[in-house]
Amino acid sequence: MSTTTMRYREAIRSAIDEEMVRDKNVFLMGEEVGHYQGAYKVSEGLLEKFGENRVIDTPIAECGFAGIGIGAAMTGLRPVIEFMTWNFSAVAFDQILNNAAKMRQMSGGQFNVPIVFRGPNASARQVGSQHSHAMEHFYAHIPGLKVVAPATPADAKGLLKTAIRDNNPVIFLESETLYTFKGEVPDEPDYTVPFGKGRVAREGKDCTIISWSRLLQVSLQAAETLAADGIDVEVIDLRSLRPLDEDLLIASIEKTHRAVVAYEGWPYGGVGAEIVDRLQRLAFDELDAPVLRVCNLDVPMPYNAALEQQVIPQANRIIDAVRQVSYRQ
Amino acid sequence: MTTVSSYQEPEAQGAERRPDDVMADDVIRVMAPDGTVIDDIGIDDETAVALYQAMLRTRIVDDRAVTLQRQGRIGFHIGSLGEEASIIGSAFALRDQDWIFPCYREFGAALLRGLSMQTYMDNLYGNANDIVKGRQMPDHWCDREHRIASVSSPIGTQITNAVGFAWAAALKNDPLAVLVYFGDGATSSNEFHNGLNFAGVNATPTVFLCRNNGWAISVPTDKQTASESFAAKGVAYGVPAVRVDGNDVFAVLKVTRDALTRASAGEGPTLIEAITYRLSGHSTSDDPTRYRPEGEAEAWEQRDPLLRMRRYLAERVNWGDAEQASAEQAIHHEVKAAIEVSENTPKPALETLFEGVYAEMPWHLREQQAELLAGTRAPGHGE
Repeated sequence: MSTTTMRYREAIRSAIDEEMVRDKNVFLMGEEVGHYQGAYKVSEGLLEKFGENRVIDTPIAECGFAGIGIGAAMTGLRPVIEFMTWNFSAVAFDQILNNAAKMRQMSGGQFNVPIVFRGPNASARQVGSQHSHAMEHFYAHIPGLKVVAPATPADAKGLLKTAIRDNNPVIFLESETLYTFKGEVPDEPDYTVPFGKGRVAREGKDCTIISWSRLLQVSLQAAETLAADGIDVEVIDLRSLRPLDEDLLIASIEKTHRAVVAYEGWPYGGVGAEIVDRLQRLAFDELDAPVLRVCNLDVPMPYNAALEQQVIPQANRIIDAVRQVSYRQ
Repeated sequence: MTTVSSYQEPEAQGAERRPDDVMADDVIRVMAPDGTVIDDIGIDDETAVALYQAMLRTRIVDDRAVTLQRQGRIGFHIGSLGEEASIIGSAFALRDQDWIFPCYREFGAALLRGLSMQTYMDNLYGNANDIVKGRQMPDHWCDREHRIASVSSPIGTQITNAVGFAWAAALKNDPLAVLVYFGDGATSSNEFHNGLNFAGVNATPTVFLCRNNGWAISVPTDKQTASESFAAKGVAYGVPAVRVDGNDVFAVLKVTRDALTRASAGEGPTLIEAITYRLSGHSTSDDPTRYRPEGEAEAWEQRDPLLRMRRYLAERVNWGDAEQASAEQAIHHEVKAAIEVSENTPKPALETLFEGVYAEMPWHLREQQAELLAGTRAPGHGE
C-alpha cells in the first residue's frame, strides 16, 4: 500500500475533502472554517474547493450551530461540525446530550442523526483553565455517542472517514499539539479505520501502558526510557474510547500482567476509571499488581508553564507508575 | 361548554404596552371575540367548521387526558387549554410538504395533520404500540410520516433544530418550510437567540411561532422580558415579526399563511407572537392557583377561542346546541374507543429497551439484553 507523509492536520483535512467529494451530503460548519481557513488551518482550501454552501462560517454560538447541524442531519445531510476547541462544546452540551445522542432512541427509530463533532481537545500549552479540558470523559459517558481520539495522522484520517460514514453521532477528538505531528498515511481513497479497534503501538512483555491521543506519544517516549532500564513495555493506542476494544486490553494483560493508564483529564471517574474497572473485572486473575492511572492533578489547569507541566502527565510520571506496578522502584 | 351572551372587550393598556396586552393596536385580529368578522379573509364555511371541530377535538382530548392522569391511568399530560386557536390556526395553514417542530403542547396540530387518535392515546399510555416505544413521557411523541419532529423537553432546543432542518432543505432545493412552536418562556433561551440569528443571516424558510400564553410555569411575562412584546425581539435579528390575537383562529391562520408565502418566496423567516392564555396549569404536575392572580383566568375565559368560533358559526351556519352536542358526542366516542384499546395493549417488550440507542446494536447492549431477558426482572411501577 502506497503512503504519503502528512501532518496530523493535513490528514484530517484530506479525510474531510475526500468524503465531501465522495458524498455531496457531507458539509463542514463551524466558526472560522471558511474565509479564515480554520482557526488551526485544518480546513485550509476547502471553501475555495467546495463553496459557501458546503463550508459554512457560523455566528459564534456553539449551542446554535450544534443544534442547526442536528436539524440538518435530520434531513439526511451529514454535517461535520467543527468546534474551535472542544472546550467550547460545553455550551452545546445539551444539544449533544439531549438531541444528537438520543434522537433515534427518543423518536422510536424515526430519525437518524449522522453527524460528526470534531476539533482539538485537552491541553494545548499554556491556554489556562478554560481552554485545556479533556472532554472525552464527559462524552464517553453517554449512550448513543461514539467517541474516538486518534494519536497519529493515519488514524486521524482513517477514523474521520469512518466517522463521517457512520449513521450515529460521533465525537472526534483531535489535539492542537498533534496538528504538526508527521506520519505515513495510506493513499487508498477508501482507507478507513474501524471503530472499537485499538492497536499495539509498541510490543512488550513486562507491563502495558494504555493511552490515546497526545499521551500516546508521551507513553512511547516513556517506554523508550524504560527499555533502556530493562523494562520491556507494551503500549496500546486505544484510538476508540466508545466502543472500547476490551479484547485487545485483555490480551495484553494476559501477556504482561501489569497495566498503567495514561491520559489527560481529572482523576475522578472518566475513561481511565472505566478501563481500570474492566481490567479488574475481566482479568482479575491475570493481574500481578493494582492498575494505576497517570492523569491530570485534580485542579483546574494553571497558565504558568512550570505549573502546567506538573498538572499534565509527563513521561517521568508514567515511568514512575510503570516501575511501581513492576515493583522496581 | 358554556355560552357567553355578552362580551366586554378589555381596555388597551396604551402607553404602558406589555406582552400580554392583546388589545394593543399592533395586534392583528380578523374576528372579534363576539364572533363578528372585522376583516374578511375569505374562509369558506366548510373550512370554518373544520377549524372549529379540530379545536373542539383538541379541547375534549385535553380534558380527557387530564382526567386520565388524575385517575392515575396515565402518568402525565401537558395540554393546550385556551391555546387551541394558536395551534390549530397555524398548523392548518401548512402545506403538505411543510414540517412542524413542536414544543410540547401541540398534540392538536399532530391530530390535525393525521396522527391517529389511537396512536396519540398509545403515546399517553407508553404501551407497546406507542410511536416512540414507551421511551418518552406522555405528549412527547414524534411523527415522521406526518412531517412532525420529536417533542423536546429542554426549553427551546427544537428552535435551532428547526432552523437547521429548514436551512438544509433550502440547500437541497426542497421547497418546504418549517413551523416551529415555543412558548414565551423559550424566548429567553439560547436557542431562541441562536435560531433567529442564524435564520435571519441565512434567510431560512422558518416560521417561528411563539405562543405567548402569559406564563412560563409560574413566571409571568413581565419577569420574562423587559421588551414591550416578544415580537419586538425579531427586530434585533432582522426577522420580520407580527403580533396576532392568538385566540382568533382566522387571524393565526392568516399570519401563518403570509409567513409561509414569504418563506416559499425565498424571503426568509418570520416571527409570529400569538397572544393567548394558558387556562390550565403548566402541566398536570402544576397548580396555577398558587401563583395566578385572582380573576385573570376568568377574564381570559371570556376570550375563549372556541366560544368565539361558536358565536361565528352560530351566525354563519346556524351552529346550535344540536350540532354542538353531536360533534362532542362523536369525539367522545372516538376518544373512549382509543382509551379502551390503549389500556388493553401490553407494555413494550423488554428487548426493545436496547433498540435504537445506536444505528446498529453494539455487542455490549446485546450482552445486556441477553442478561436482562435471562435474569430476575425488576417489578415495574404498579406491578
